[in-house]
Amino acid sequence: MPILQPLGNLTLRFLEIVGRLSIFAGTAISHCFRPPFYPKLILKQMIEVGYYSLPVVGLTAIFTGMVLALQSYTGFARFSAESAIPNVVIVSITRELGPVLAGLMVAGRVGAAMAAEIGTMRVTEQIDALYTLATNPFKYLIAPRVIAGVLTLPLLVLVADTIGVFGGYLVSVHKLGFNPATYIKNTIDFMENLDVISGLVKAAAFGFIITLMGCYHGFHSRGGAQGVGAATTNAVVSASILILTFNYIITELFFSI
Amino acid sequence: MSNKTDIPGKDIRIKIRGLTKAFGPKVILNNLDLDVYAGESLVVIGGSGTGKSVLLKCILGLLRPDAGTVEINGQNIVGLNSDDMEKVRRKFGMLFQYAALFDSLTILDNVAFGLIQAHGVPKKEAHRIALEKLSAVGLGERFAAKFPAELSSGMKKRVGLARAIATTPETLFFDEPTTGLDPVMGDVIDQLIVKSVKELGATGLTITHDMDSAKRISDRIAMLYDGKITWVGPTDELEKTDNPYVHQFINGLLDGPIKVSLAHND
Ligand SMILES: Nc1ncnc2c1ncn2[C@@H]1O[C@H](COP(=O)(O)OP(=O)(O)OP(=O)(O)O)[C@@H](O)[C@H]1O
Ligand SMILES: [Mg+2]
Repeated sequence: MPILQPLGNLTLRFLEIVGRLSIFAGTAISHCFRPPFYPKLILKQMIEVGYYSLPVVGLTAIFTGMVLALQSYTGFARFSAESAIPNVVIVSITRELGPVLAGLMVAGRVGAAMAAEIGTMRVTEQIDALYTLATNPFKYLIAPRVIAGVLTLPLLVLVADTIGVFGGYLVSVHKLGFNPATYIKNTIDFMENLDVISGLVKAAAFGFIITLMGCYHGFHSRGGAQGVGAATTNAVVSASILILTFNYIITELFFSI
Repeated sequence: MSNKTDIPGKDIRIKIRGLTKAFGPKVILNNLDLDVYAGESLVVIGGSGTGKSVLLKCILGLLRPDAGTVEINGQNIVGLNSDDMEKVRRKFGMLFQYAALFDSLTILDNVAFGLIQAHGVPKKEAHRIALEKLSAVGLGERFAAKFPAELSSGMKKRVGLARAIATTPETLFFDEPTTGLDPVMGDVIDQLIVKSVKELGATGLTITHDMDSAKRISDRIAMLYDGKITWVGPTDELEKTDNPYVHQFINGLLDGPIKVSLAHND
């Protein structure tokens, strides 16, 4: 059957990638917990992932919060439920939009940069040089990045949550005529710890996905500049798809508790 | 065909048997045997693309051979786990063909890298040693704070050499140490290699195209052709051998058993 063969090849290739990725992830995780640790490198990556992503994430968050308030108003006005806007904004931002949008933005910024940097190191034999200098690249390059991603994304999402909610507040108060004090009170009353926590758990998972994809594709890049370019694209695309996939999975998990 | 791989009474530092490495259908190394004795300087010559760099990478454990063994001091390193391989590599120093400097680090940090990361030398002491090695390769203190991107390729090569010898390793690997250097600097580097190997009692395995350099730094020379060592022997016997491949290669002749394909895209 001529159609079965390509299908089989595709399946085999898929399984091969999943296998290689699992081994890579396992190795990376095991090196996160084994000394030597590189606190300076972790800090440097945290600044790279967190601090330098603030403008991009902040802008995304504020406009999302603003548009969310506006759109909810349009919908809720049809059955006179405008007063629910603060509730909708806080729940949507903390549970969903904060982590997902921050994750996608950071995937584009940081995932791409990591893939390009590590990919360049690969094709210029700097990774080989690390090995010959008896330094494991998983410890020196990958673990610091993964640790930084897992620690920093939740912090970044907390900031995004705050800015996003503020965006909703701005539009509600200044455009839709809400009373500022009532808006804030409603927001705080309605917010539950689990909302924020589930968002932060997502953020940590996304931080892992982004840095892992950046490192994995960079580490396995081949050829020259073209290979590094392909690695960068693959890192961003695969991280984005995995973020959306795991976003559903984690939501589903929290849904049942 | 001469096959003087046995020198009685000398310790073998690197013993390669049946080494085979292919990339897809392209067989690069085919059942290759080679011994490197402790304390000697062995030079491997061979045409471009014959697999000299691949051979080095197999010895360093950077490429996994398809078959065969590579013993370092009697220990087979093929398939060794990464922690054990790291222990073996602490006694290695390697100069890459294109230097492979870390471009996020300064020249000084590049040279001090192995001392600090793999040997736990305190930073200050490591930097002192690094400066010493840099001046040995003709790069003064003013280069220490520069980044690799600010150097010419010949300078990078010398930094790579300084990095390779910084930890005074037991075995040194040099992939084309003098390519891209002017004749005077090439001579300086040759002397430095001889000094590193002879005075520090290290073992040297060098790859080069440069026959003058090869003769200057080697105790023995091996020629790689068609995936195998076609000739190996003491340097002064190189000229006298009747091996047609060696004869053609060292005299740079177009006629001979080595087929040079020009203007072919295969
Ligand atoms: N990672 C790789 N993947 C595929 N092919 C490779 C790889 N590395 C080397 N090769 C191929 O192996 C052959 C030998 O390469 P190698 O770099 O060892 O040559 P060389 O003898 O060092 O040549 P030169 O003197 O030009 O440096 C070449 O044909 C090269 O295309
Ligand atoms: Mg080479």
